[in-house]
Amino acid sequence: MAEYETVIGLEVHVQLKTKSKLFCGCSTEFGAPPNTHTCPVCTGMPGVLPVVNRQAVEYAIKSALALNCEVPSRSIFARKNYFYPDLPKNYQISQYEQPLAQNGYLEIGTDSAKKRVGIARINLEEDAGKLLHNIGSREIDGSLVDFNRCGVPLLEIVSSPDIKSPEEAYTYLTTLKNILRYLEVSDCDMEKGSLRCDANVSVRLVGKKELGVKAEVKNMNSFRAIQKALEYEVTRQIKALESEERIVQETRLWDEKKERTYSMRSKEEAHDYRYFPEPDLVPLVAEKKRIENIRKTISELPDMRRQRFIKEYKLSQYDAGVLTSDKALADYFEQVVKSYNNPKMVTNWVMVELLGRLNTVNKQVRESPVSPGQLADLLKLMDKGIISGKIAKTVFEEMFNTGKNPQAIVQEQKLVQITDEKEISRIVEEVLKENPDAVEEYGKGKQKAIGHLVGQVMRKTQGKANPQLVNKILKERLLKK
Amino acid sequence: MELCELTGNELLKKMEKKEISSEEIVRSVYNRINQVENKLHSFVTLTEEEASLQARNIDGNMRKGESRGLLAGIPVAIKDNMCIKNVKTTCSSHILENFISPYEATVVKKLRDAGAVFIGKTNMDEFAMGSSTENSYFGITRNPWDLDYIPGGSSGGSATAVASDETILAIGSDTGGSIRQPAACCGVVGLKPTYGRVSRYGLVAFASSLDQIGPFGKDVEDVALLMNVISGYDENDSTSVNVEVPDFTKSLIENVKGAKIGIPREYFVEGLDGEVERAVKEAIELLEKLGAKTLQISLPHTEYGVAVYYLIAPSEASANLARYDGVRYGYRSPETENLLEEYEKTRGEGFGAEVKRRIMLGTYALSSGYYDAYYLKAQKVRTLIKKDFDEAFQKVDVIVTPTAPTTAFKIGEKVDDPLQMYLSDIFTISANLAGIPGISLPCGFSKKGLPIGLQLLAKPFDEEVLLRIAYTYEKNTDWHKRKPAL
Ligand SMILES: [Zn+2]
Repeated sequence: MAEYETVIGLEVHVQLKTKSKLFCGCSTEFGAPPNTHTCPVCTGMPGVLPVVNRQAVEYAIKSALALNCEVPSRSIFARKNYFYPDLPKNYQISQYEQPLAQNGYLEIGTDSAKKRVGIARINLEEDAGKLLHNIGSREIDGSLVDFNRCGVPLLEIVSSPDIKSPEEAYTYLTTLKNILRYLEVSDCDMEKGSLRCDANVSVRLVGKKELGVKAEVKNMNSFRAIQKALEYEVTRQIKALESEERIVQETRLWDEKKERTYSMRSKEEAHDYRYFPEPDLVPLVAEKKRIENIRKTISELPDMRRQRFIKEYKLSQYDAGVLTSDKALADYFEQVVKSYNNPKMVTNWVMVELLGRLNTVNKQVRESPVSPGQLADLLKLMDKGIISGKIAKTVFEEMFNTGKNPQAIVQEQKLVQITDEKEISRIVEEVLKENPDAVEEYGKGKQKAIGHLVGQVMRKTQGKANPQLVNKILKERLLKK
Repeated sequence: MELCELTGNELLKKMEKKEISSEEIVRSVYNRINQVENKLHSFVTLTEEEASLQARNIDGNMRKGESRGLLAGIPVAIKDNMCIKNVKTTCSSHILENFISPYEATVVKKLRDAGAVFIGKTNMDEFAMGSSTENSYFGITRNPWDLDYIPGGSSGGSATAVASDETILAIGSDTGGSIRQPAACCGVVGLKPTYGRVSRYGLVAFASSLDQIGPFGKDVEDVALLMNVISGYDENDSTSVNVEVPDFTKSLIENVKGAKIGIPREYFVEGLDGEVERAVKEAIELLEKLGAKTLQISLPHTEYGVAVYYLIAPSEASANLARYDGVRYGYRSPETENLLEEYEKTRGEGFGAEVKRRIMLGTYALSSGYYDAYYLKAQKVRTLIKKDFDEAFQKVDVIVTPTAPTTAFKIGEKVDDPLQMYLSDIFTISANLAGIPGISLPCGFSKKGLPIGLQLLAKPFDEEVLLRIAYTYEKNTDWHKRKPAL
């Protein structure tokens, strides 16, 4: 079989986290009752005019700068014309010629295998409403439309066709999402629709210069689905080429259940959007000074933060990578370290205990019932010897379930560590009496037997005895024999 | 003399002296409407009840000595493409026949705040597309000077209402001459302000880069008064310009000594009616006599104006009018089987022939493969037309031209010949393309007794010079004082 290479370009739409819509003052809040966040402007009443939301422009420029784009001093809006009931004006205000930003790149991969994916252009545009289909019997009276989302600012980020595999597409998306979350310009939540992605994919024989015929794949609702859809498409296209079928340029939809793509329309959807400059808006002017001011608001990006974690906290590549893969998680980590300065310990607790628990209940870091301060307090209790490491895990579990402070839990459940040597000696005596066999074995030189005895002491104290003290006292006592 | 025959400024003076009330003015206006409206059909909607209530409120406030606005108690008619909250805004179209606006246009709000009393919504060419008000779904409007003639358009209803004393003042919109040409046809004063001088928020868009709202009055003074109320930057209109608004009534000085007046040779050519040419030349002579200096100028790209206009305006209109689809408001064709059919039938039945013609023209001009040759080329020529004016205004303060090549034409004469109809705006279109202000004022009558309009053009935001020269001309003539016999 001949060798093929894959060419992928991604078009990502992210909703910007502004309070109000792109061209009117309506709220962008998600989940409100249908058509409650609307006004004459976003429902396309006769005679209304758009006014650009400055915050949205700021967020867009900030994103463009973080993606290493050129931000020209002047960009213009354009009307993209097509009829659809979720689009009140029957044109979308978007950008076409002279976009907000262009010619950037996104670095993906690890330090050892870095790669740049080009960002061809970034457009600022308005979102459409939402259609709810087939409610009644006929298609026409069975469709309802909710305009709450209509006019919410979107950033369209178009990559160059630099992506060479479905896995790379996945990495590109996670990296992009992470950066935009770091910038706090978007939630990038695919479930809530604040991030959407269409993919253009084609294959060609290795060494061929011209691109193959591409398919545009839509309707994926997770990054994994995008990867799977692309894998399916690549295989389908190679098979087609192998059997000398003609590949047509078309839009294909991903069927999540059947795990395959299918052609969306049989008729060629030769859309002519008749773009032309939006006459209701003046050009967007971004003065150098404004751009520089926005640049200053860009906090540390994931890659920089990862490097810093390695250096400052002496973390491994892997640990630093995981901790900085999500801004909320990295923030959490640093907040704990701020009041409990033991990065290694904090790393273990955050990565193993916290992330583990969050995963099992399907929660995000920012929804964690245990605050960074509470976790630090717990680790301090352990450090001071008030509780043992083992007990700490029990306390953490309780904290996670109830949101209570560790001190309160320790007191309520009487989990304070026993550090009184007399008390421990008393229990040690008991245990020795009850376990003559083990004592004898130890006397014969079986060092291991001591482990059993320690275990018995801990059992009697419900794990509250200080393990170091138990060890010490036991050894002293056995030596006396 | 009836109150409705007076100007806004005259009525304000009488009210100040407490000789009359707003309610009396409004009653007089409605009496006149009751007498002549069935002959003219200037209005699509009359709001007598609301107007009477408004007038009584204003009278009450004045009795209490509360501060009053610039237009307190004065009747104003609004072209039916501007939104008054809770009143129908039809654009004289079937598709918006029952559309009641949930919000108010900025201009309407400013007028309301100034105490204006809204008499009704005036008839127009559907979506302001036309030069004769014959393209109204609700029927034609007739010229008060001769009922067999058109009143001009598209703001024909506003011009007719002012000319026939059915209102004191009126507001129109001008995309290619839609204020100035009907003003000329009806023998009243109409001003198209600089693009960006008056907010377009709430004006139903025809061609966004050309549309501009402006005043109609019985004389220049009334037009200046209205300009004081409606002008100014509006944060709801990104294309409105944040420049200082002068007191336009202060520019009404009877003096044109030393004013430099340009006469563009491209406007005095074949196709210009002899009577119109004579009247305009006499007006120029009078201005010279009053001390103005005239000089011949050239606006070399004038001949492309109509062609450029009929690419850019329909292109923008094709998108602006896309929202009338029957989904959210307005006419929806009953009994359709699917979405596509609903769109097609709603728009096919809802729009008139001229609107459909322009939507198709614009759609074509923007289509891929044609965009560069039509839309883009037109934009480039538009820049050249603008440059012509920039250069001319280096030499002159105002440019004088006829407003229209002929007086009003007969009803029905050009309905089957769109190209002839389009040429009615040949002298007014360039001002919209260049974004400059223009005024039309009466400068004579034809033998048939139809009014002739004189057009003055100035550089952007120089409405003051237009008003001063127009005022001086008006003070030395009495064309504006004539009334049609109805
Ligand atoms: Zn809104």
